[in-house]
Amino acid sequence: MAEKVSKKDNVDHGKRDFLSGTTKVFGAAGAACACYPFIKSMSPSAKVEAQKYTEVDLSEIAEGDTKKVIWRGKAVFVKHRTQSEIDLAKAGDKTVSIDPQTDADRVQRPQWLVTIAHCTHLGCVPIDGSLENWACPCHGSQFDVSGRVVKGPAPKNLEIPPYTFIDDTTIKIG
Amino acid sequence: MAKKQVNPNPSSKLEWFEDRLPIISFMKAELVDYPAPKNLNYAWNFGSLAGVALILQILTGFFLTMHYKADASLAFDSIQHIMRDVNWGWLIRNLHMVGASFFFIVVYMHIGRGLYYGSYKSPREILWGMGVVIFFLMMATAFLGYVLPWGQMSFWGAQVITNLISVIPFVGEDIVIWIWGGYGVNDATLTRFYSLHFLLPFVILGVVFLHMWALHNRKVKSNNPTGIDLKKDTDFVPFHPYYTVKDSFGLAVYMLPFLFMVFYMPDYLGHTDNYIPADPMTTPAHIVPEWYFLPFYAILRAINFNILFLDSKLLGVIAMVASIAILFFLPKLDKSKVRSARFRPIYKVMFWVFIANFFFLGWLGAKPAEAPYTQLSQIATALYFSFFFALPWVAKIEKTKPLPTSI
Repeated sequence: MAEKVSKKDNVDHGKRDFLSGTTKVFGAAGAACACYPFIKSMSPSAKVEAQKYTEVDLSEIAEGDTKKVIWRGKAVFVKHRTQSEIDLAKAGDKTVSIDPQTDADRVQRPQWLVTIAHCTHLGCVPIDGSLENWACPCHGSQFDVSGRVVKGPAPKNLEIPPYTFIDDTTIKIG
Repeated sequence: MAKKQVNPNPSSKLEWFEDRLPIISFMKAELVDYPAPKNLNYAWNFGSLAGVALILQILTGFFLTMHYKADASLAFDSIQHIMRDVNWGWLIRNLHMVGASFFFIVVYMHIGRGLYYGSYKSPREILWGMGVVIFFLMMATAFLGYVLPWGQMSFWGAQVITNLISVIPFVGEDIVIWIWGGYGVNDATLTRFYSLHFLLPFVILGVVFLHMWALHNRKVKSNNPTGIDLKKDTDFVPFHPYYTVKDSFGLAVYMLPFLFMVFYMPDYLGHTDNYIPADPMTTPAHIVPEWYFLPFYAILRAINFNILFLDSKLLGVIAMVASIAILFFLPKLDKSKVRSARFRPIYKVMFWVFIANFFFLGWLGAKPAEAPYTQLSQIATALYFSFFFALPWVAKIEKTKPLPTSI
């Protein structure tokens, strides 16, 4: 080591650079680790994560009606579709162009449409129309009777949450 | 350089203190003796007015925190508690609410002054950049504050604005969930927004200090209506009493419409829907941001078309952020050596067209997203950006008027 010591200022610069370099790297890594708990504290807590399921009693939703329920803080539409609405949704398979998807891919049973009620643009809840579609009050997106986007700015169809039929009159969302 | 040392035999208590903490001489140098150009007009009042507005927001906000409850089940009612039960609560809240709007009015005037007189040009680029940072922080703070009453507009405003972040590729959705602290805007969101709404004004105060530091730097100093560099000592007057008096007069004039609004029409600039408690199931039929965001909101909504693989949602957000961030690049874009619009015939016209267009965008932002407003918004957005992109070219062809040699 001795020969590496600079004659000019009697300092081993190689050693000094190594030490200051490792101090910076370990210091930065330590600081990053220390940030983690604080950043993570803002994520959804275990209590929120635990509220994963919402059960919906379908028997109280008349044909043609839509019920709004809350699932993990999000509004969800549960729509009991009439035969003419089902036909309309099937007819739409050929015409939807923004985010093409068949109606059959979006429902488990044709008479029940279960979809997240937040517009895929900026999250407003479309107004549940008596017409054949939903219209978002915020920026004018429109969705058909299958929750597929027919007019932007929404880029995607209304999301389908995971759900299962427990029996003929009950679904479990989540 | 000889090492400075304290005087071991100070002639006064003041000297003893000043030797240890020279705050009084600092204040005197910056607030009393600061050499200000002698020709500043009333357009130069808005900086100090913005300072007063910031202090007023911090003070009234501090008193509101003593009564407000940042809990989704209590927040809405605690506002009514402030308005009805708390002694003078109505006054403090109205001052805070109207104060936010007036803060934006004076800051817009202050930015307009800088644009007109070329205050962003060398050597004031950093001073200008700090101002843009303050503007961004102000917008964030105002947005967070508007969420706190937890009415319908609060809730859905929060929903729409936080969803803007979801356009970030790959990680956007996860970041939004992190910001919400849940899977939608909820109690956790309200509480952290309250916390941030308390913190950010002090961050603004810090950046304002840097903004003032960059201004008071004796190599920089204030711009003036002629925009020329001032070299003679006789071009300046001490800040006090000349501009303390002028600023006080401006403050009195400002207080008239401000207090009129506070006492007689406190809700005029707000939305009645915000007196309906937040309902996560139903979006109000017409959601509109606060008036001071409308021009930028119009730009967001103007982009309803895709370009290549970029969808309209992402492009709209980019355009909206860019419409403000482009101010950072103004010193680079405007290459003209002449600062003040007084001596720039083309720029002067561009400036007024830009201002008129900005008002037009604001008007469009309050209209529904349908024809013909969307098409008009697209034209106005194009005009907004063309102001900036025309500047390098204008600097080349513009015949500026002869500059005076001194004031």
